[in-house]
Amino acid sequence: MHDNLVEIRGLHFGYGARPVLKGIDLTARRGQVIAIMGNSGCGKTTLFRVIGGVVHPTQGSVLVDGTEMVGLDQDGLYSLRRRMGMLFQFGALFTDMSVFDNVAFQLREHTDLPESMIRDLVLMKLNAVGLRGAQDLMPSELSGGMARRVALARAIALDPMLILYDEPFAGLDPISLGVTGNLIRRLTDTLGLTSIVVTHDVQESLKMVDYVYFISEGMVVAQGTPAEIKASDLPYVHQFVHGEEDGPVPFQYPAESYAADLGLSHA
Amino acid sequence: MLDAVRSVGRRTIDGIWRMGVAVRFFGLTLVHSGICLRRPQLVMREIFSAGVLSLIIIVVSGLFVGMVLGLQGYETLQTYGSEEALGVLVALSLVRELGPVVAALLFASRAGSAITAEIGLMKATEQIAAMEMMAVDPIARVVAPRFWGAVISMPLLAAMFSAMGIFGGYLVGVVLIGVDDGSFWSQMQAAVDFRQDILNGVIKSVVFGVAVTVIALFEGYDAPPTAEGVSRATTRTVVTSSLAILALDFVLTAFMFRGV
Repeated sequence: MHDNLVEIRGLHFGYGARPVLKGIDLTARRGQVIAIMGNSGCGKTTLFRVIGGVVHPTQGSVLVDGTEMVGLDQDGLYSLRRRMGMLFQFGALFTDMSVFDNVAFQLREHTDLPESMIRDLVLMKLNAVGLRGAQDLMPSELSGGMARRVALARAIALDPMLILYDEPFAGLDPISLGVTGNLIRRLTDTLGLTSIVVTHDVQESLKMVDYVYFISEGMVVAQGTPAEIKASDLPYVHQFVHGEEDGPVPFQYPAESYAADLGLSHA
Repeated sequence: MLDAVRSVGRRTIDGIWRMGVAVRFFGLTLVHSGICLRRPQLVMREIFSAGVLSLIIIVVSGLFVGMVLGLQGYETLQTYGSEEALGVLVALSLVRELGPVVAALLFASRAGSAITAEIGLMKATEQIAAMEMMAVDPIARVVAPRFWGAVISMPLLAAMFSAMGIFGGYLVGVVLIGVDDGSFWSQMQAAVDFRQDILNGVIKSVVFGVAVTVIALFEGYDAPPTAEGVSRATTRTVVTSSLAILALDFVLTAFMFRGV
């Protein structure tokens, strides 16, 4: 058994000629909740797609539970994904199925369990996210926070070893935010999972994670435990944690000088 | 000038490229069709949404087309004093041509556009990506059952269309105008050949069904995951599959009824 569930070394990736990830090193130990933070467009989601095997890196290695993801064929990839859950930003629930059927989806696709056992398992998973009473609702009848919790129940349906969360806090009210944060921590601890959370919600995630990676322009610029991050005096981390408008990440998108743009330079 | 030539060339290459991708997609769908035999209830559901839900438009249109045929046919036939041949005219036009073609056109705009929009939206809301992350192949789980559901529905709908059309022709010709009942049916029975007419009509409707469904599925699967992308793809499904139906109809007719 490897102590590190996910191990990424020297990862490079680009869309066409445009490099997005430039040499990422990242480790997730078993049982930990890891946060990947960074401003929008820094390559967080791309990193996720690489860990999930959706896109292949141009260089570097991605080990998940001791298996090299790079160059894996579809069968290998699918057998690994069966032990992974992913929570999409807006849940990505199947809109033509009820809450119950959404959570039962993987059990029905990947196992031959009898329907009575599937029912028990689904109700247990729904109970874990507090939505056993919503089993008959359709996704269109759920609020944003509920949809995300159903998606979480669906992600843990097959008791995965790893769950990837893509922006789990985006667009949630403060109550749902706290509920989701606590759920991620509690499920990780009780089910013995490992969680990787991509987020830019600093305050919520610093409360519950074990380790934080800051990514900027495709590189890890800072890392540490929440306490170390809070105490960090790196300008980028400081700007991010305190939400300052200007700093290493400029407010203005690169442009020619303001005066020239307004035609004032000749005046 | 050079730019215009270049843009024509690029469009042609893009078009051929897309066609190649669509053919490859069709091949993948066939390869992943095993699930439809293992879990026939998946196909049943799609027969319901593509076939059963299209019934009303097919039945009503069939009835009206047959009634118009009855009226127009009678007008023309009576100048030659052969009104009794009305049954033959109505039945042959429907079984050979109008049944498969018009039913397929209606099917493209009713079921085809629905398939494209549904798959396009599933993609836009990351449901397809979620399925892939759950190690479930969307081609097998989403595309293949829809393909077989629609391909099975199409000839049944075309048959329903023809049957309703003949009934419409009977209503107008026999009940309303007063063509002789016996000769309407007996001449039809004598003139319509099972292999030459009915079987060829069925073959046509199967071919149209495959064409419409592959176009609808591919456009949906290939649609950019935005509102605009899905709406364009839906339009393209209706336009492309209508053109494909009419072009294929010409080719098939040329092969089937040459020199008969």
